[in-house]
Amino acid sequence: MAENTLTQTAPARSSAEPTRQSPLFQPRFDITESENELTLYGDLPGVSQDDLVVRYENEHLIISGRVADRNQGLQVLRQEYGVGDFQRTFTIGEAIDPEAISAEVHNGVLVVHLPKAEAAKPKRIAVKAV
Amino acid sequence: MAFQLTWPRELNRLQTELDQLFGRGNGSSSRPQAYPAINLLEDDDNLYVESEIPGMELDEFELFVNAENQLTLQGERKQPNGGTTKRHREERAFGRFSRMIALPALVDGDATTADYVAGVLKITLPKKPEAKPRRIQVAAG
Repeated sequence: MAENTLTQTAPARSSAEPTRQSPLFQPRFDITESENELTLYGDLPGVSQDDLVVRYENEHLIISGRVADRNQGLQVLRQEYGVGDFQRTFTIGEAIDPEAISAEVHNGVLVVHLPKAEAAKPKRIAVKAV
Repeated sequence: MAFQLTWPRELNRLQTELDQLFGRGNGSSSRPQAYPAINLLEDDDNLYVESEIPGMELDEFELFVNAENQLTLQGERKQPNGGTTKRHREERAFGRFSRMIALPALVDGDATTADYVAGVLKITLPKKPEAKPRRIQVAAG
C-alpha cells in the first residue's frame, strides 16, 4: 500500500539550548518561491495558534511554538516519538517587505507568506515599437 | 602484539552523530521506521493511539479495527498546490501511508472514536469489559 514509504518520522533536535526542561525540536519546513513571495510551510503538530510566535528581525525569521502537555495521567505503553516545543530560525536573503509578512496555521501546518519587496520583484519591461 | 582496532569505536561515534542529526538519539531504543510514528497509551477504560500527522482533515483518515484486534491507519498526505512553484527546501514528506498496529488489549471496534486537533490524531479505543482491570474485593477471613 505504502509504496514510497515515508521515513522521516521524528523532527531533528534543535541545537539551541532550551530554558525549559521539555525537549526542543526543529520543525520540518518546505520553502517555495513564486514571483511575488517566498512561502514557508512548516509541520508543527500539537501547537495551537496562541502558542505560536513568528518574528522577523535583522533578516532572521524566528518561529517558535510551545506544545501544551497532553496525555497527562495516561500510562505510556509504547513511545515512538517525543513531544516537545519547536523552534527554528531562517536567514532570509531575499529582499522582502517585513510589514507585509503574514502567517496562518491550520491542522498543525504553519504557512508563512513573505512578500518580496517591490525592488526585488521581477519586472516586465514594456517594449515599444518604434 | 597489541593490535588495537579503533574502527568500531569510530563507527559507533558516527552512528551517534547521525542519530543526533536525524533526531533519533534521544534515548528511545525502539527506532521508529514505520510511518506514521505512533504513541500508544492507556488508562483503565481505553487504549489511545496518538500520531502527529499535520496537514490532514479528520475525514481523510481511514481507520479500521479488525476481529484480530489490529488497528489499521491509512491516508494520504497531499502536497499543497501540487508542487508547481519553485522549491528551495523540501523536508516534509508526502504520499500515501498505511500502518497496522497490533493492540495489546481487547477493544470494542464499533465504539472507536478519533479526534484531530492541531495536526495530532488521537484514536480512542474502548477496552472490552473483560480487558479492564478488576478490583478484587478482599474479604476479611
